[in-house]
Amino acid sequence: MLTAPSLSYSLLAAMLIVFGGAVAGVLVEAFLAKTHRAAVQLTISVGALLLALQQLWRIRDLSSTTAAVNSVAIDKAGIFLQATVVLLALVAVLLIADQDNFVPQASAVPGSSEEINALQQKSQQTEIFPLFLFAVGGMMLFPVATDLITLFVALEVLSLPLYLLAGLSRRKRLLSQEAALKYFLLGAYASAFFLFGAAFLYGYAGTISLSGISAAFGTANEVFLLIGIVFISVGLLFKISAVPFHSWTPDVYQGAPTPITAFMAACTKVAAFGAILRIFYVGFAQSQTLWQPIITVTAILTMIFGSIVAITQRDIKRMLAYSSIAHAGFLLSGVVALNKDGLAASLFYLFAYGFTTLAAFGIIGLVKDSAGEVTDLNRWIGLGKKSPLVAGVFAFLLLSFAGIPLTSGFIAKFAIFSAAYKSGNIALVVVGVLASAIAAFFYIRVIIMIFFTDPINDSVSVIIPSVKSRISITIATLISIILGLAPSLLLNGADNFANFLR
Amino acid sequence: MSLLTVIGVLPLIGAIILAVVPSKSSELIKRFALGVTLIVAVLSILLAIGFNKADTKMQYVQSNSWISSFNINYAVGIDGISLVLILLATILLPIVVLAIWNESDAGRWGVKSFYVLILALETLMIGVFAATDLFLFYVFFEAMLIPIYFLIGGYGSGNRSAAAIKFLLYSLFGGLLMLASIIGIYVISGNQIGATFDLAQLTTLEIDNQTENFLFLGFFIAFAIKAPLWPFHTWLPDAAKSATPGTSVLLLGVLDKVGTYGMIRFCIELFPDASKTFTPVIITLAVISIIYGAFMAIGQSDIKGLIAFTSISHFGFITMGIFAMTSQGMSGANLYMVNHGFSTAALFLIAGWMMTRRGSSTISDFGGLQRVTPVMAWTFFIAGLSGLALPGLSSFVSEFLVLVGTYTRYPVAAVIGTLGIVLAALYILIPVQKVLHGPTTPGNENLKDLNIREKIAIAPVILVIVIMGFYPKPVLDLINPTSAQVVTNAGFTDPIAQVSK
Repeated sequence: MLTAPSLSYSLLAAMLIVFGGAVAGVLVEAFLAKTHRAAVQLTISVGALLLALQQLWRIRDLSSTTAAVNSVAIDKAGIFLQATVVLLALVAVLLIADQDNFVPQASAVPGSSEEINALQQKSQQTEIFPLFLFAVGGMMLFPVATDLITLFVALEVLSLPLYLLAGLSRRKRLLSQEAALKYFLLGAYASAFFLFGAAFLYGYAGTISLSGISAAFGTANEVFLLIGIVFISVGLLFKISAVPFHSWTPDVYQGAPTPITAFMAACTKVAAFGAILRIFYVGFAQSQTLWQPIITVTAILTMIFGSIVAITQRDIKRMLAYSSIAHAGFLLSGVVALNKDGLAASLFYLFAYGFTTLAAFGIIGLVKDSAGEVTDLNRWIGLGKKSPLVAGVFAFLLLSFAGIPLTSGFIAKFAIFSAAYKSGNIALVVVGVLASAIAAFFYIRVIIMIFFTDPINDSVSVIIPSVKSRISITIATLISIILGLAPSLLLNGADNFANFLR
Repeated sequence: MSLLTVIGVLPLIGAIILAVVPSKSSELIKRFALGVTLIVAVLSILLAIGFNKADTKMQYVQSNSWISSFNINYAVGIDGISLVLILLATILLPIVVLAIWNESDAGRWGVKSFYVLILALETLMIGVFAATDLFLFYVFFEAMLIPIYFLIGGYGSGNRSAAAIKFLLYSLFGGLLMLASIIGIYVISGNQIGATFDLAQLTTLEIDNQTENFLFLGFFIAFAIKAPLWPFHTWLPDAAKSATPGTSVLLLGVLDKVGTYGMIRFCIELFPDASKTFTPVIITLAVISIIYGAFMAIGQSDIKGLIAFTSISHFGFITMGIFAMTSQGMSGANLYMVNHGFSTAALFLIAGWMMTRRGSSTISDFGGLQRVTPVMAWTFFIAGLSGLALPGLSSFVSEFLVLVGTYTRYPVAAVIGTLGIVLAALYILIPVQKVLHGPTTPGNENLKDLNIREKIAIAPVILVIVIMGFYPKPVLDLINPTSAQVVTNAGFTDPIAQVSK
């Protein structure tokens, strides 16, 4: 006889609300008149996220490993990561709500009369909102999942909507679709690797739960454990775009509609790093001598490669893509550190980096000419003269990426490097600061282009953002500024929440 | 709240007021900036009056928690060494503001941003010398780069954006190496006495030799780039050539002192054993700087380049004095920092006036200025003589102290260093002769002499140069106790008894 699994709905409420919102969004898309859809969809998304946030706040002191039959752990770090995802998504959804970035009818062939018709009739489909909510739901599940199957499901739930969203750009549609296809194919490989690794781990430990794998350490042939760890890592490192699994990142960041790039760059990183941290801190902590060298080398390669290749980029979105690769390398030092400081630092880093990224991509979406967004850096020349405020904010965000003191990026870097140093990975710290020095070059080069070069006669200008974008960019920027000046506000929280239930 | 904090925050408040209050009148903006810097200068003199010279401990201390999870505090305090450098900064600033009254008009972003940057920079300069928390120091040290970067890139001339980025990248690279060392010493303190950034506590750490050497190098390279010491100097001539004279004064006169100050405060105080290990190398680099800077200066055809390379030579003297590890050397180096600040200020400001009048910075374009513009010529002459350390002018005392202090421990280095003085006569007197004396070259006949504003600005600088040459005692009284303390703490004793002054 089958017994119904016992679920503690109260602890899972945040995720359920987001998934519920996504399903409701699908229904709205099917049954509501076109004219009201956009407003209703936005309300549902924002409402679901706000409710989810409220639920997370309610359960902030609770914890349980049996909330969903041992496959989900509600614990301090998990709640922090979920809250980070939801907050970032709340800011991102306001960017996404500016629909003129998206193709009106995704099913129409690029350049076809169908598409032109849809454009003329302004019949914008709004499937982005439910897709977005599904992705957010997956991102919330990923860092709290405690067995390999749930991890895989969460990975797919967050990835599949993203593959679609990446292909929905209104302008340069072919580029966008190519990016989406590339993302999908490579992502599918990565998922397969993940599954393959999961199978090995099951073979090794006889269980799919992370704590079970940890407990089984030393009982069987470690080769299988190592193979399992390596293959699972491939799947995860792909998601955070670590070298050598990074090659999709620049293409997808460039091709995807800018609000989606913003969302993806900020939230996927949080979710994927959340999962990596849990897997390595909980599942593989015993076997650290096996994987630490591998991840250390990956981190070093990622930092150096990302920083160096970014220098040669001539497109702002591609440049930030390589910068995000470099940041993935810095974040990996928090994984290698494998101590409480490393976890706390990673939590702070993800939060701070997420908001800086959102604000930066938000601003990129504002720089346009008559044909749409302009991401060619050469055409950004002299922007500081035309719109000093926007250029100034963007320069500040770049300095934060570079990790100049008094920005949130600096505190984050300091925290994560000191955790790595504490764990004895001094080489990682030295390479990290050198890579930061290299990285500083290309951030500052952009500042030079914006401020110190005279504008050439060009039609690029900063459009007046809609109220929604303005709110979104302002909030993200303010958070970046505040975290730079008074990081204690969040650092203490990250410290308190840096705890995984085993 | 300590008076030190008030002095530090005041320029920042001024900068914010300037940035927020809309005003189109550039004259008003300039007066406001002058007013703020004057108030700060007066307050800092009060600070010096209230300072207890005999006490070698930190004074005017204040400590508030800033980032509690890393035990980072807003902790400030001053001893003799930092006090004179703060005085140097706060006194030079109103002079610079007054001297460069029209310098910002042609800049990229207008007058207002210029003074906002200058005032913000003053806060950071005071902060960097006052910080007694290592992390706080680092924040000021790095944040300082941003206003200077914009001042060079936005208001300079020539290939300014390339010079600005070169300056920034060199400094950032050094700063990040230092960050690795800071993280290192922070973690070590966590293992031994509880994680802290407090300088006094960090000096008590027991660090094994190899680690100490690496940590020392992280700090030293950052400061050697800043100071700048050969072979880390290549950014300086470019920056000095591109920056406006006012920015150059702040850059060479004050900001670069952070490098030599850092060598004393951090390299020697935190890592005395490593300092001992590296002293021969550093003394060698310093001697090379002295000679190299001097020779390069002789070969310069550009006035700004000339002053930049003389500074590299002078920074060689300062570094040599610091790492001679004698109390005279240390006092001399500290005094040299102040004197170099004033004589560079005089040289750059007058050279700046000469260049705006003539529209050229090439030495050979000038000639016979003594006849046309006597006041400008004579002030330049005095500033130049101070640069070559003529007895009776301020630099002589400090150069003498450095050489005496070095001779007792490293006679060879001191003797080669003395050669630098001979070369100084060449690199100063040849251009002085070309520019000031001889027949008036075509194009210079109608140059105007200094106006009343410029005279008021330069008078205090010349006065300081002359007075400090004859009567350096007030400043030495501030410096000596702390300098001797630093040398003693580092585990050195003077080879001979200290001379009385």
